[in-house]
Amino acid sequence: MMSGNIITDFSLLILFLPLVAFIINIIFGKRLPRQGDWVSIGAILITLILSLSLLMNMLMNWDSDFSHEAVISWIDLGAFKINLGFFVDNITVVMLVVVSLISSMTHIFSLEYMKGDIRYNRYYAYLGLFTFSMNGIVLANNVMSLYIFWELVGVSSYLLIGHWFEKHSAADASKKAFLTNRVGDIGFFIGIMIMFTAIGSFNFQDLFKGVSEGLVAGSLLTFAGLGLFMGAVGKSSQFPLHIWLPDAMEGPTPVSALMHAATMVAAGVYLTVRLFPLFSPEALTVIAYVGGFTALFAATIAITQNDIKKVLAYSTVSQLGYMILAVGVGNYIAAFFHLLTHAMFKACLFYGSGSVIHSMHHSLHELKDHDTDPQDMRNMGGFKSKMPLTHWTMLIATLAISGVPLFSGFLSKDAILAGTLAFAQQYPQHFLLPIFGFGAAAITAFYMFRLIFMTFYGKPKMKKVFKGIHESPRVMTFPLVLLAGLSFFIFYTLPYFNPFSDHGWFTELIKASDSAVPGNPSAKEIYQGVHHAHYTAMALSLLVAALGIGLSYLMYIKEKFSAEACARRMGFFYKLSLNKYFFDENYNRFLYQPFLKLSRVVAYVDWDLYDKYFINGFGHVTKFLSKVTGRLDYEGLDQTLVDGVGSRTQWFGEKLKQVQTGRLQNYMLFALIGVILILVYQAV
Amino acid sequence: MDSLVNYLLVSSILFSLGLYGVVTRRNGVAVLMSIELILNAANINFLAFARFGGMNMTGHIYALFVIVLAAAEAAVALAIIINIFNNFNTINIDDVSELKQ
Amino acid sequence: MSDIAFWVIVGITVGSAFMVVQSKSLLYSAYALLFTFIGVTGLYIFLWADFLAVVQVVVYVGGILVLIIFGIMLTNKITSVNISHTSMQKSMGAIVVIAFIGLLGFMILSTPWLVLPNAEPSDTTSAIGRLLLIDYLLPFEAVSLLLLGALIGATTLSRKDS
Repeated sequence: MMSGNIITDFSLLILFLPLVAFIINIIFGKRLPRQGDWVSIGAILITLILSLSLLMNMLMNWDSDFSHEAVISWIDLGAFKINLGFFVDNITVVMLVVVSLISSMTHIFSLEYMKGDIRYNRYYAYLGLFTFSMNGIVLANNVMSLYIFWELVGVSSYLLIGHWFEKHSAADASKKAFLTNRVGDIGFFIGIMIMFTAIGSFNFQDLFKGVSEGLVAGSLLTFAGLGLFMGAVGKSSQFPLHIWLPDAMEGPTPVSALMHAATMVAAGVYLTVRLFPLFSPEALTVIAYVGGFTALFAATIAITQNDIKKVLAYSTVSQLGYMILAVGVGNYIAAFFHLLTHAMFKACLFYGSGSVIHSMHHSLHELKDHDTDPQDMRNMGGFKSKMPLTHWTMLIATLAISGVPLFSGFLSKDAILAGTLAFAQQYPQHFLLPIFGFGAAAITAFYMFRLIFMTFYGKPKMKKVFKGIHESPRVMTFPLVLLAGLSFFIFYTLPYFNPFSDHGWFTELIKASDSAVPGNPSAKEIYQGVHHAHYTAMALSLLVAALGIGLSYLMYIKEKFSAEACARRMGFFYKLSLNKYFFDENYNRFLYQPFLKLSRVVAYVDWDLYDKYFINGFGHVTKFLSKVTGRLDYEGLDQTLVDGVGSRTQWFGEKLKQVQTGRLQNYMLFALIGVILILVYQAV
Repeated sequence: MDSLVNYLLVSSILFSLGLYGVVTRRNGVAVLMSIELILNAANINFLAFARFGGMNMTGHIYALFVIVLAAAEAAVALAIIINIFNNFNTINIDDVSELKQ
Repeated sequence: MSDIAFWVIVGITVGSAFMVVQSKSLLYSAYALLFTFIGVTGLYIFLWADFLAVVQVVVYVGGILVLIIFGIMLTNKITSVNISHTSMQKSMGAIVVIAFIGLLGFMILSTPWLVLPNAEPSDTTSAIGRLLLIDYLLPFEAVSLLLLGALIGATTLSRKDS
């Protein structure tokens, strides 16, 4: 049983070790041997060990209500206080393990994948920065410091997506990611400020207390909740701010695995999980629909994509939609569970695709072929024989994401779908939500197996390329194996062994808390509803998974249906899907261009009008005024006053000179006058 | 009607007239004549006070001396004036001034 | 009777004195001065100063006035007798003198003079003589020196430079 102090110390180390690695690598990286990757790896492994020990502690305690808070005072002006600190509970511990684990896997994977890169040390430095920021989000005990780390994560994403910034597409993608995030963050900040103004604190516990006391209520609460949710929409790439995630695939694949599969995008889900007690029923409904719609809509795009990473990107968007949907229907623990399992198998899938792409690169490089796209699945096929380890691990991860029993994904997806069914049972008007959920599940199974079949099965599409394909070195396959292993059900149901139960260390230790908003169902009610719908959901999800896998098998293995024929027949829908519903084009036409035009107008007003006339006019007025004062000074002051005194004195002197007449009698007269005056004075 | 006050008034009038003449007259000799007037006025004063002061003879002595001095002074003054006339060819005292600015 | 005589003599004196300072012609001033002196003599007699009255006539009229007339004649310019006066000086002088008279008059009239009783003496000559040689011997001698000086000075001044 760890004392609170040790937990705080561990949290501090977990938080700051990657930051230290970042600083060292940024400043000294180039001069260190091997460009300092061992600094980052050392830091992240220590962080992982610390996180695992926290996990061990949690498992040993087996206390679902465990929480620990360490606070320091940041601003204290008497009436106005802001405290910062750590908040560690079971959710935090799990998140820390997820972040540390995937981050360390990324560090190890990148040893081979990024070998010889021109900015190798900077890459590792930014990985450290990202880990620091993500852990900061997880450990935060108040929305203000969470927001700060939120932005830092965005910065890290910008830096890492644009790692190869000489490529225009990468530079644009990183900008797009950051700006889209910022749009979401505006809402986030408004939400934070509404809460702060009403309650007077940023701390989570204070916010929950404030909401339960009714300090924020009604439509204001809904508005604030939606504002906070906007942050999640931006960060977790939900509709309508989903546009950045597919473009973010321009970054190196390990980065995609770390940020855009497992952790950063999960931050949005984490936020809604943490702040669940603050959302009003109306806000939750909106959240559910956003999530459900995103899940389905992204899946429909993924089925036509040919770039292996784009498929995975849209898959991530869809799965995130699932998690948001779960939060919306109230079963937010299921969302967190899916976050955990998704992190494992999605990272595995990304690493696998990285392995494939890496191999393709080498093969094409040897053939001096610079035109073929190494990421296009149409250039692959039949890799099963050449890359067995990659194939098996990816297959396991795909089974997990498709919701096949005996795998982790089945458990978490099942929980989510049960939640939607329960919600629809209670509120039959929201029947669309389960439809979204199950529909997305079917489509997910379809396109994921499509990916597997196109890449590893069938006949190789490019024979010459195929010859050069080989398995990746152990540094790259080790993370694959580890994560694939973590995609099995057993790690989540311990200490039980029933693959169909919803009991296990996770569900026992991570307990839902009641919503602070009066009018929301309590955690107990939600749990009971979910439990009811559990078996129905299970059956239905098995059904849709089978449907999806079966259809994919028929289309790509047995080739009973021709994919091209389907595409031609559904021409319009195919084009929509392939072009991601023309979202970017429409945003450009209706948002970006008008805004740029407005900027140009404003610039004209400022530069050509304001600066030229107003500022210059100011200069002219000043010049004129100085001329006037100059004249005043010279003519008025100098000539009149100063010279005037002189000339007056001279005139006076001239007049006074005339007293000296030289005439004796005058002098006598004056003397006489003087005498008279004296006498008069004496007499008087 | 020969009270002290009357004599004093008469002498003061004479004195003032003499003063006026000294201050005003251009001719040197005229100035000299005015000076004689002043001296006479002083004499009247002396004698008046002598008479009305218990017939004090000191006044008479003073008056006598004044007359003597007036004579001596008139002689010298005239000698000077004649010299001036010989030098400047005029006894307009304005013209003989060399103190003028 | 003596009052009228007194006032007539005062009138002569003052009037002549006025003529002395006012007259444009020097000779007229000299003649007026004569009458002034005679008037003053009269006043002396009223003041019981018989000896001084005589001295006045002899010295002033016989000596000084003759001297003045000689001076006038010796310095007479044939060409111009008219001598210009500046008006400013005259008017200013008049004002000042009138003020002076006023002041003196005010002073004379407002002072409570102490008048001691006295008796008309038989003659003053002997008294003066006695005083001269007993009480005022020193001034007497000094005056004689002065006269000597004046004599020498006048003579020196009128000497023609050879």
